[in-house]
Formats: sequence, structure tokens, C-alpha cells
Amino acid sequence: MQNRNLSALILIIVVTGLALAVNFAPNNNFLGRDVSVRLGLDLQGGIQVLLRSADPNATPEQIATAAGVIEQRVNALGVGETVVQRAGNDRIIVELPGVANPEQAIETLRGTGRLEFIDSQGQYLADGAIVRTSSSPNPPQLLESGTVTDVNSLGPIYQSITDGADLDTSAVQPTFSQGGALGSRPAVSFAFRGESARRLATFTAANVGRPMCIVLDNVVVSCPVINAALTDGSGVIEVTTEAERNQIFNKLKYGALPVPLVIETSRTVTATLGQESVAASIVAGIIGLSVVAIFMILFYRGPGLIATIALLIYTAISFAIYRLIPVTLTLPGIAGFILSIGLAVDANVLIFARLREEYRRGRDIRNALELGFVESWPAIRDSSVSTLITSIVLFMFGNSFGVSLIKGFALTLGLGIVISLFTAVIVTRTFLRVVLPLFSDERAWWFGVDRRETAPAATAAS
Amino acid sequence: MEHLVRRRYWWFAFSLLVILPGLYMLFLHPLITTGRFAIGLRPSIDFAGGALWELRFPDTTPESLTTDRIAQAFAAGGFEGAQVQLSPTTVDGRPVAAALVRTRPLSESDPNSEIEAVMKALTDAFGTVTRERLESVGPTVSAESTRSAVIAVLGASLVILLYLTWAFRKAPHPVRYGVCALISMLHDVLVVLGIAAILGVAIGLEVDALFLTALLTTLSFSVHDTIVVFDRIRENLLNRHPAETFDDIVNHSLVQTLPRSINTQLTTFFTLTALLLFGGDTIRNFVLMLLIGLISGTYSSIFNAAQLLVVWEHREWRNWFGRGRRGEAAQAV
Repeated sequence: MQNRNLSALILIIVVTGLALAVNFAPNNNFLGRDVSVRLGLDLQGGIQVLLRSADPNATPEQIATAAGVIEQRVNALGVGETVVQRAGNDRIIVELPGVANPEQAIETLRGTGRLEFIDSQGQYLADGAIVRTSSSPNPPQLLESGTVTDVNSLGPIYQSITDGADLDTSAVQPTFSQGGALGSRPAVSFAFRGESARRLATFTAANVGRPMCIVLDNVVVSCPVINAALTDGSGVIEVTTEAERNQIFNKLKYGALPVPLVIETSRTVTATLGQESVAASIVAGIIGLSVVAIFMILFYRGPGLIATIALLIYTAISFAIYRLIPVTLTLPGIAGFILSIGLAVDANVLIFARLREEYRRGRDIRNALELGFVESWPAIRDSSVSTLITSIVLFMFGNSFGVSLIKGFALTLGLGIVISLFTAVIVTRTFLRVVLPLFSDERAWWFGVDRRETAPAATAAS
Repeated sequence: MEHLVRRRYWWFAFSLLVILPGLYMLFLHPLITTGRFAIGLRPSIDFAGGALWELRFPDTTPESLTTDRIAQAFAAGGFEGAQVQLSPTTVDGRPVAAALVRTRPLSESDPNSEIEAVMKALTDAFGTVTRERLESVGPTVSAESTRSAVIAVLGASLVILLYLTWAFRKAPHPVRYGVCALISMLHDVLVVLGIAAILGVAIGLEVDALFLTALLTTLSFSVHDTIVVFDRIRENLLNRHPAETFDDIVNHSLVQTLPRSINTQLTTFFTLTALLLFGGDTIRNFVLMLLIGLISGTYSSIFNAAQLLVVWEHREWRNWFGRGRRGEAAQAV
């Protein structure tokens, strides 16, 4: 008995110590692992989008390639905990926390990155104009605006000179153009291979002095005049600003997407709103925890105090686990945690109610305590399992879609059930056993028990 | 306290009193007002598709902001028929005009130019306007969410029923426990859905993914409470005193578990109320529905689930119709 208490006590101290070490790790670094609290997009601000292939016949391989390209582009942005993951057969989830202009960033990421040179028949097309090219005659930008009855009404189809697939991505580099009428300007260098390089050389050789348009994803970037033949298929794209240069560079550097993508669902939250939510949750959490603690102590006295300590240990362990796994905390996730405080106390309420009952039936305190735990266990077990089932169902439901809100709630609630089984049963029991020698009939009040007779209870005891 | 079981038809009547108005709003109200059969819940963009804009107007006083002016600006930006709801808030202690606007979803291929058009129209009308939140859900995704929401609720109910039947396999008539728990679960679902339908008409409450989460959590709480009561009944049945009737045992078990039911109810009630008051606007409706579900769940475990076991034990439905009914009513009082 004493040994069992001792080893349980050591276990509790070790676990609590570890939890505190994780929670208060210097620089959020615990044994070389980053244990900072991850905040979801709704709390730190950012964007989440669900991208879908614009082409319904896209193969899973093409989507996988597209996800890979997007992931490289995301990494190049250099923002913290980003997410790029495939959802189902034809969707990709992208999450970007804390970027300044999230919609613009997404626009760059999902750009197909198909660089084309087109024969504009000697015209200067306006920058930013959407054009039809022979390799992409029906750009989604044109098709969506209104109902298109006659595709011929969309405008002329320009002959593509190069094919985006022939772009040599290793030659794509940010640079500055040399001299020229406008002086040094930001630019991106590029090089085409194979057939595209040969066609570009032939076309530029035959059209020196005439304009040729550079088109990226069916949008005209610029229409420079051909000064000399581009014999090796390489050149530079000049733009006005560095921001524009970086966007084009990011689209081209990691290759073109095999399929164009559209934004099916998007959620943006500003950092301001996120910080307000964090502040509100902390206030709600502290108030909720305090009220529960006060209630437990007033109602159950000594055991209530022990339950409160167990609850604090529960909170410490929960946050340590959130940091270790790591669990990304969202607003519903925090609600799930605060709700689980109530559930964690429930097990203790069950046990203490039973303890009081057994003591009133005339058992001595030690027996009443052990019976309280033994007899309330089936109810604690069954109710925990049913809540666990619900959280698993919720988690699966949230997993199959972009509804990651629900996942956060399910995860913290489910983890809360498991952790509370440890704290509400093992921690409370060990602490109660440890303080048991202090019990005497005169001190019964401190233990929240009394011998007041309850008539109906006696019959069921037999 | 000895009358908990004897008054069972009073408890059922009270449940009906709460559920019937909700059922009316859920099914009959849409039929009467629109002439078409529909479910009287307001689906959010999660289930119906669309876009939700949360805007703040730091240059405008809350009094001068009207829904019409905002809707006009949205129409000028290319979003006809925007539904505007004013939601004034305080930032750093000062009141700030704010609004929630619901529109059709953003363009899938070129959302940014649409956003720019709206923001330009808004800035022209109101000066500085900040966009705090923007969510857009396409029609395919929302249809899929709706389908899997139904699957999730049915799936969770089924698994819980199976688990209950298994957990009570040693008690006499294990299926009864499962079915009675399921009926009380259904009671809670109807209470929550009914109140959501009423609030949908009264304050424009929308049913979103979080609402569904609240509903499923209500299910699990309801079962949680029912299990605690049933567990005590099972235990008392196994240690049955020869003179005790089934009614006595159930009543007894209810009295014994009452302190726990009330205390658990109170602690969870405290945490949820803290969330409701201080947890911020985003999850207020979610917490409200959780709170309603929680209260309903505790009520139904004590006053429906356990009482239904008694009804079943006596097969009282044979008396519900015809002459036996009067005798039963007299006994119930």
C-alpha cells in the first residue's frame, strides 16, 4: 500500500515536472525540440484556402505534382508554420499564417506559372490584359465572367511561340536588366530548352524591330521590342517593381503547375481579430477555472482542494502535450479545452459523491475512499468512452474537409478526456491516500464528509 | 424526492412543452410562411455556400452606419443582394462601427479583383474600412459538408448505441438501455435544433460547422449523463432487495446520482458561462448552443431516459389509448 502510493506519487511528480519543464522551457526549446504554442489561423491571423483543379479530368499524379510545386513556392515565401496538403483526390489545402497581403500571396502561389511568348501580330498589347493563346485558348479568368455562349466572342487566339513546359527552371533567376532607355530595372532571367528555344530563335530572328508579347498564365506581362535574335532561347523579363519581379520569379522558379487551380474556399482573418480572440479566451479560461475551483473547494472542502490541484496539474499536462505533439490551438480548440475542465472535474465529483455516500453508510474513511473509487469507475469509464467516440467522429468529420475548426475542438476534447482520466483518478486518489492519516472523526468536516443519516441509501447498500 | 418516478408524465409533458414550439419552427413555420416544405434552420456559408465579410469602419460613427448604405456599396462592387448585419464592437475602449455581410461566394479564378472592387466601393462611401475576416465557401464544398454532417450525426449515434448496448450487456434487457439513451439523445437533438430554429427567426442565428460540433457534443454529454444514471440503476438492480419494485430502484438511483448530476452540471455551466460572457463574439453562438444542449442533456438523462425504462418495464403504452389512460393519469398525479 505504502509502496504503491510512493511509486504513484513519484510518477505524478515526474509527469508534472516534465509538463512544467515543457511549459516553461527557456526559448521554448525542450531537448532540442521547438515547444512554442502553435496558434491557428483564427488566432494569429492568416489565410486558409482550398484549391481545386480547374480541369475536372486532372489525374491524382498531376495534383500531387501541383501540391509539390506549391509547397516549394510556399517555402520560398519564408513565413512560419505553413501547411500544404492534399485533400481528397483533386484538392489542395494551403495555410499561410501571418502574411501581410494573404490574398495576393495565394494568387502568386496558385499561378500556373506557364510562361509563353506570343506572336502579337505586330501589336502592343496592354500590360495585364487577358489573352487567349494557342496553347491555352480558354483561360478560366475569361470563362467565368458571365455566361459564355460563343467562345469566338472572347477575342482572337494568338499563336504561342514557346511552350511553358520547356522552361529551364534552373536558369530562372532574379536579376537587373542592363541599361536601356529606362535605366536599370528589376528583371527575371529565363531560358527555354528544346523545341521552344529553336522556335524562339527563329521567330526573333525574323521579327527584329517588331514587338513580341510575354504572357504569364494568359496575362500580358510586357510587349518588348525585339532588339536582336534570342539565339540560345534565353532572355530577361523586365518589370517595374521588385515586388512584381519576386512574384514572377516565384511563379517560374519551381516550374509550372500541370493543371490550373481555382480557389474553392478561402478563409482570411486579420492578426488584430486573432489577438482579440486570444485575449478573450485567456480571460474566459482563467475565470472558468477559478469558478470551478471555488465551487469544488466550497462544496467538497479538502477533497475539493485536492481536485483543484489535480485540475492545475491537468492544465499543465494539457498545455505541455499541446506543445509537444504539437496541437495547433484554434478558438474552438480552446473552447474544447475549457469544456474539458468541466469534464475533468466530473470524474472527481462522481468519486467524491460516492465517498460521502459510503461514509454516511457507516464505513470507515479508508474503506469509503477505496469504495468511492472502485464503485464510480464503471460510470467514469463508460462516459469517457462515449465522449471519446464523439470526439473521434468529430475529428474524422473535420479531417475529410477543409473544416479544420472542428478538428481543433475534437482534438482538445478527446485529449482532455484521456488526460483527465489520469489526473482525476490517479492523481486525486494518490493525494487523498497521502492525506488520509490526517483524518479523524473530529476533522470530518475538513474532508467534506459527515455521518448524517440518509434513509434511502441504507437499503441499497445491502 | 420519492416522487421523481411517479411524476414521470409531468416530466414528459415539460419536454414536449419545450420541443413542440421548436418542431413548429423547424417544419411547419417554413411551410406556412413560404408554402414550400423546408427545414426551418438558417444554414451558414459552411453549408449553403457564400462569402462572409467582417468589416470595421473606424472613420464612421456607429450611429450613422446603416445596413442599406453598406448593401449599396456592395452592389456597386458587384455583389447584389448582400445581407448586412451591424455588429458594433469596442476596440481599446472606444466604440467602433462594424458589420457582418453575407454575399455570394467569391469568384474561383479571380477573387482578388472582386475583393478590390468591393473595398474600393466601401472606401468611397465610408472612408477607411478594414476587412477583419473574409470567408468564402464554394457550392461543391458546402454540399459535401452538409452530406458528411448528416453522416457524422448518424454515425456517432449508431456507435454510441452499440457501445451502450455492450456496456449494459450484464443488466437485464441491455437493448432497453441503449434505446432509452437514444430516445433521450433524440430529445436533446430536437431541443437544440428547435431552439436554433426559433433563434434563427428571432436573432438570425445561423447553423454552421461549429453548430454541428455543438450538436455532436450535446449528444456525447447526453449519453455521458445517461450512463451515470443507468450505471447506478444497473448496480442497484444487481443488489436488489426482494421488497423493492423496479420503480423504487429507479427513483432511488436518481436520488443517489442527483448530487453528482447537479454538481457536474454546475461546473460545466460555470466554464461555459465564462466562455459565453468573455470568450468573444466568434464562438458566442457555439457556446450558447452547447449550454442549451448541456442543460437538455442533464434533464433528459434524469427525467426522460430513466423514466422511459419504467414505462418500458410496465409496458405502459398499452394504457396510453382507450380506457386505461384515465387510470394512469390519476396514478401519475
